[in-house]
Amino acid sequence: VSDPSLGRSFPARAHAALEDAHLQEALGIATTKFIGLRKEAFAGFPAGEALRDRARAIKEGTLQQLDRHLGRLADRIEGLGGHVHWAATGDEAREIVLRLCRDKGVRMAVKSKSMATEEIELNDALEAAGVKPVETDLGEYIIQLAHEKPSHIIAPAIHKTKGQVADLFSKELGGRFEADPEVLTAVARKELRQKFLDADMGITGANFAVAETGTIVLVTNEGNGRMVTSLPRIHVAVMGMEKVIPTMTDLMVFLAILARSATGQKLSSYTTLVRGPRQPGESEGPEELHLILMDNGRTRQIAGTLREALYCLRCGACLNVCPVYRQIGGHAYGYTYPGPIGILLTAMLKGAASVKDLAHASSLCGACKDVCPVRIDIPRMLVDLRSQLDREKIASWRERTLFRAARRIMTSPGLFRLGAALGRVAQKPFVRNGRLRRLPLFLGEWTRTRDLPPVAARTFSERWPELQQEKELERP
Amino acid sequence: MITCLGDMFFPEVGVAMVRLLRRLGVTVEFPEGQTCCGMPLFNSGYHHDAAVVAARTVGLFAGAEHVIVPSGSCAWMVKTEYPGLLQHDPALKAAAEALAKKTYELSQFLVDVLGVTDVGSSFRGKATYHDSCHLLRGLGESTAPRKLLKGVKGCELVELPGSDECCGFGGAFSVRLPEVSTAVLDKKLANAEGTGVDCLVACDAGCLMQMGGGLTRRGSRVRALHLAQVLAPAEDA
Repeated sequence: VSDPSLGRSFPARAHAALEDAHLQEALGIATTKFIGLRKEAFAGFPAGEALRDRARAIKEGTLQQLDRHLGRLADRIEGLGGHVHWAATGDEAREIVLRLCRDKGVRMAVKSKSMATEEIELNDALEAAGVKPVETDLGEYIIQLAHEKPSHIIAPAIHKTKGQVADLFSKELGGRFEADPEVLTAVARKELRQKFLDADMGITGANFAVAETGTIVLVTNEGNGRMVTSLPRIHVAVMGMEKVIPTMTDLMVFLAILARSATGQKLSSYTTLVRGPRQPGESEGPEELHLILMDNGRTRQIAGTLREALYCLRCGACLNVCPVYRQIGGHAYGYTYPGPIGILLTAMLKGAASVKDLAHASSLCGACKDVCPVRIDIPRMLVDLRSQLDREKIASWRERTLFRAARRIMTSPGLFRLGAALGRVAQKPFVRNGRLRRLPLFLGEWTRTRDLPPVAARTFSERWPELQQEKELERP
Repeated sequence: MITCLGDMFFPEVGVAMVRLLRRLGVTVEFPEGQTCCGMPLFNSGYHHDAAVVAARTVGLFAGAEHVIVPSGSCAWMVKTEYPGLLQHDPALKAAAEALAKKTYELSQFLVDVLGVTDVGSSFRGKATYHDSCHLLRGLGESTAPRKLLKGVKGCELVELPGSDECCGFGGAFSVRLPEVSTAVLDKKLANAEGTGVDCLVACDAGCLMQMGGGLTRRGSRVRALHLAQVLAPAEDA
C-alpha cells in the first residue's frame, strides 16, 4: 500500500489494505483513539453545538461574497508588505513557488504540514527543480523518509505502527532506534534542527486567513510551523481560496471547534498567527512573505453540487468515524484526500469520472455528517455524485440497465410477485439448512462470506389473507 | 408498510408486527400492491427512477391514519426523501409531505404515538441492541427500542460496544465492496459475541440480513432478531 498505484482498481487496492496486518493494527488503534477523544471533547463543551452551527453559517456567508473577502485579504497582506499571488490551477500554484525559488536562489525549503501542497505535489516539483524540500511535521517527515504519501488529513503516517517507524529511522538515519515514540521524536527533532537554520524558504499551508487583518493562521501541535514561518528568510503559504474568513471573531469560532473535532484538544498546542513579513524594528520573522491563493477547481463549485465541500476545515474527523476508511486507510482511495470528504474533494479537483468507484465507497451510514464540525452533509452529496454518474453515463451500461430493470419491478406488483416466485424456484438447489450459502453471479459476492435468507415459502403478502382471519377469530 | 425485504425474506417479522399492534388495540390494514420504497435506487443515484417508485407508494397509503414500518431505513426514505423527490409536482409533493408526517418506524410509533414501553411481552434470554444507521442518525432515535426491550419480561438488555457503528450493509454497498462490507461486519459480530447475549436485536431488515447472514455463516450461538419478534410473544403465551 505504500504508493497509491492507480494502475489497480479501487476494490483491488481495498483488498490489499485489508490484507495488510500492520495497517489494520495501526488504523484500528489510531481511529478508535481519535473517536474517543473527540467525543470527550464535545461532551465537556456544551457551547460546541451552537458554535458548529455558527461556523457553518460563517462558511456559507463567506462563499456568497468570496471575491470581496479575498480582495480584502489581498489588500491587507500587501499593505503589510507581503505579496499575494493568484493561481487558477494547481500547475500555476506550483509554478509560482518554483519561480520564487529560482529568483531568490533557494536551495532548501522546510515545510510544515500542508494538504494544499500535497494536492499540487509540490515536493516532486521542487526536487525536479533542484530544491530540497524537508518536511518538518513528524508524520510528514516519516512518510517523506519512506517515500510515501499521507494517508490521513491530519495524521499523515497513521498507517504506520511505531515498530515500522523505528525500522524506517534505523535504516534511513543510521543507528538502531527502539520503537518508543519519545525516542523517535527526539531523533527527528535532532535531525531537523539544523535544517530549520539552513533553509532559505519556509513553505506552509494555511488553516485560515483572516480578511479583516490579513492574518494567516496555522494550527499545529509540534511547534515546527512556528519555526518554518519565522526562521527562513522567505515564507510562502499555499492556500485554497475557500479558506478565507472575514474576521478575527470568526476565527475564534473555528478555533473552538477545529482541534476538538480533529484531536479532541481544546486548542492545538500552537496556533500561529502570521501578519505580514518582518516589520521595521521587529527582531524576527521572514524578510519576505508570499501568499498563493489557489483556485484549482474550487470556485466553480460555489454554484455547483459540491458547494458544501468548500466548508471543509480539513479536521479529519469524518475519516476517523468512517467504517470504510477505518478498514482500508487512506492510500487505498488513491488520491490526495482520503475518506468520505476526500471522495468529494477528489471529484472537485479531478472531476466526477475520477470517483466512479470511490463514490460508492460508503455505506451512507451518516457517521461523517454527525461529526463534521461544519455539518457537511457528506452522505447526501455522495448520493448526488452517484446521480451525476448516472446522468452523465459515467456509470457502466450494465449497472444502469440493472437499476432501470429494478425500477420496473418496483413499480409493478405483478412483476414483484413473479420475481419472488422465480426466486423460490431458482434458489431450490442452493438452500442448505434453510439458508443460502453459495449463489452464482453478483449474489456470489454476498454469499462468499455471508448466508442469505431464502425467499420465504410464503411472502407476507401471501400470508395476509389468513392474518386477516386471525383478526376475525379474536373478535368477541 | 411491510417493505420489500420484509415481504420476501422476513415475512415472520411482518406477522409479528401485525399481532403485536393488534394486541395493543391498533386496527391493521395492509394496502395491497406494495413493493419497495425505492431506497436502493435512490442510494445508487437513480433519483428519477426512485421518484417514480415514490409517487406510486404515496398513492397506496393515501387513506391510512398512521403508516408503520418495521424498518428504520425505509421509514427514513419516506419521511426525509420522498417530498424532495416529488417536488416537481405540487400535488404529489403535498401528498408525500402528508405521508412523511404520518409515517413511523415501529419502535417510534409504539413509544411516541401509543405511549407504551411495556407491551406485555415475555422473552427468555439476554439481548443486545444494534443501532441501525438510518434509525439512529437519520431519524435521531436511540431510546425507543431500548425502552421497549427493557420492558420485556425476562429479557436482559446488555449494551453493545460500538452499537452506533454501521454493520457494513449499506444496500448495494454490500455487494459492490463485499470485502470491506464483511470486514465492517466482522467487527460488529465480534462485539456482539463478546457481550455473551443470546440475540442481537435491530429495527431494520437490511442490517438483519447482513448480521444474521454473518452469524449463521460463522455458526454463532447468537441469533439476529427484529425488535417485533421480541415484542410479539405475549406474556402469558
